[in-house]
Amino acid sequence: MPLLHFLTSHRSEVLSLLLQHLRLVGLSTMAAIAIGVPVGLLAARRPRLGAPVVWVANVAQTIPSLAMFGFLLPLPLVGGLGARVAIVVLILYALLPIIRTTVAGVQGIDPVLIEAGTALGMSARQLLWKVQIPLALPSIVAGIRVAAVIGVGTATIAAAVGAGGLGEYIFRGLSMVDSTVVLAGAVPAALLALTLDGVLLALERLFSTRRVPKIALTVALLALLAAPLAAVHRTPATIRIGSKNFTEQIILGELLAQTIEHDTGLAVERRLNLGGTFICDTALASGAIDLYVEYTGTADTAVFKNAAETDASRVLERIRRQYADRGITVLTPLGFDNTFAILVRGDDARRLNLRTIDDARAYASQWRAGFGYEFLQRADGYPGLSQQYGLRFAAPPRAMDLSLIYRALADRQVDLIAGDSTNGLISAYDLAVLADSRHYFPPYDAVPLARAATLLRHPDVRRAVESLGGRVTADDMRRMNRAVDADHQDPAAVARAFLLKLERNTSSKE
Amino acid sequence: MSAAAPGAIVFESVRYSRPPAGRVLDGLDLTIDAGSVVALVGRSGAGKSTMLRLINGLLLPDEGRVLVHGRATSEWNLLELRRGIGYVLQDVGLFPHLTVGENVGVVPSLLNWQPSKITARADEMLRLVGLDPASYTNRSVRQLSGGQRQRVGVARALAADPPVLLMDEPFGALDPVTRSELHREFRDIQRRLRKTIVIVTHDMAEAFALADVVGVLVDGRLAAYAPPKALARSTDPRVTPLLAPLAEVGSFLSPARS
Repeated sequence: MPLLHFLTSHRSEVLSLLLQHLRLVGLSTMAAIAIGVPVGLLAARRPRLGAPVVWVANVAQTIPSLAMFGFLLPLPLVGGLGARVAIVVLILYALLPIIRTTVAGVQGIDPVLIEAGTALGMSARQLLWKVQIPLALPSIVAGIRVAAVIGVGTATIAAAVGAGGLGEYIFRGLSMVDSTVVLAGAVPAALLALTLDGVLLALERLFSTRRVPKIALTVALLALLAAPLAAVHRTPATIRIGSKNFTEQIILGELLAQTIEHDTGLAVERRLNLGGTFICDTALASGAIDLYVEYTGTADTAVFKNAAETDASRVLERIRRQYADRGITVLTPLGFDNTFAILVRGDDARRLNLRTIDDARAYASQWRAGFGYEFLQRADGYPGLSQQYGLRFAAPPRAMDLSLIYRALADRQVDLIAGDSTNGLISAYDLAVLADSRHYFPPYDAVPLARAATLLRHPDVRRAVESLGGRVTADDMRRMNRAVDADHQDPAAVARAFLLKLERNTSSKE
Repeated sequence: MSAAAPGAIVFESVRYSRPPAGRVLDGLDLTIDAGSVVALVGRSGAGKSTMLRLINGLLLPDEGRVLVHGRATSEWNLLELRRGIGYVLQDVGLFPHLTVGENVGVVPSLLNWQPSKITARADEMLRLVGLDPASYTNRSVRQLSGGQRQRVGVARALAADPPVLLMDEPFGALDPVTRSELHREFRDIQRRLRKTIVIVTHDMAEAFALADVVGVLVDGRLAAYAPPKALARSTDPRVTPLLAPLAEVGSFLSPARS
């Protein structure tokens, strides 16, 4: 079974991702308990004060998790990349069940018991600790259980902002179109949720039958949630490399990381597989990462919202100026252009004799199209394309995840897609690129971006990255993409092999 | 005995009203001597339970004063006041998350007694109400019968040796046999402890069986306040309807008694 083989061969990585996952869930659940239980107790005792709090927690719960990460990323203190923002998001999600069950637990107490406690001379504080909290405890633990299980699920999304955890495999698997890798993240996450649920349920039962000392149980609960904290230690990193969430970006991230490690000896932290252009740009601007590889056309239109420009050198100069204003240095382009490619199935192209996008216009009215979310929105994406070429499809284009779009075309779920010209799946799935004869798409030269401050502090980082300038051809990139996407090789290994080959070529020339 | 003596309770022109019910107590005057058992009788809503809550400071009078041990409840530290007054409710209100022994020890633990002293005291109180500590101390209160719950409630109320004991319909929910058994034990205990006890009941027979003095509450005022024998001869039209059920039982029993 490929999944078992993957899990055993990646044992140590699986274990460390699992621990990261537990750490995210454990930390956020504990923080949510520390906030939610007192808030719930207050809300139960003072409904006028408590109602707005419960309302806010309710609203927080309805925000989709990816959108929540988007809101929080640019904020100071809580924002930025990595575990911190993920934990903040997870806390917000965990609060509602905990607050709600605390309120329900306290309000469900027989009023006679409150009267008895008061009449026996308990102060409000004694009533709280000796009567209300012990009696509400089973209900509170039930809320913690719900929160922890929700947390395990939501924490998989946290990989999109570089927080690690089992979501790494899910996103990596999706971008590699490799279901084994997806399952390697999803199955342990599901097992983790079930285990946590079972353990907490057992605790909840113990709490409601009163024969066991409460303090021992509370300690056990906290220890359970805190255990992963001790287990995880991070190596201090000096240079942080980011990448977007598709194969080519991950390989490029590895290329930068390995080159810096090899040439400078500095420690490198990889924050690969981040949620997209917006997250990478925010991360670079805020200093959460030091470098990532962008494409000139994307920077020009999506980041700076400039009007479309097709001249490659003019685009490069324009973004170099605009990035410099933001403290970001544009280094030398790597040497290949990953432009949008309009793709159809190879057999359709041969049968209908399709070479350019113009040729497809006649058939478009019978076709369905699938595009990535960014392509559907961007000015240089679908809106301009359909205008330029007069494309009209049978139905409005379907919005699809980039990682699934090639597969969808090969499987005949759609008939035309916009992909990347360097994607390894183009040849793997026998797809055909339709030429952009009207030069609609701007140039998308891959170019490393770096924080100017980082380069100032580490000039050797600049030298290392510049050594890659102009050395990666479109063919090289397609081959590396294919090695990962179609042949399921490890991105890090593919990057390493490429760098070795570069080095051999360099030394043989000398 | 003086009204300022420990254990004495005095109501001075007490008025108390609550929004939905309106006036509950309407200028009530009453002196309860230390060491006596007073039963407050009246129909539902006559203000009986309100009087108990005014004594332990769960409620404060709108006008007038309630004096406990010679000091007005409004001037007491309420926690201190309540810890010196035992309270037994009709629904008992035993804490389900505590054992029988822990329930009995609640007030001593609030008073920061030594744990060993609390345990010893709880055992003593359980013995007093006729429950064997060896088999009951560690039991869950969920496993008790109605009569046993009431006994534990009384033990809890007496644990810190308060001079005053308030009982709100303490035997109301029990079957007649258990009830008369507890009445007998109540009188035994009172003979030994000599507390000031105020019992609220709607049952005149219970009042006659337990109390030294019976107060009849009608519409927020005291219609009668007399020992049972004197009250039995009352011709007050506000009192006689409450005596009627008693008369039937009395005539039925009288040949055997004489």
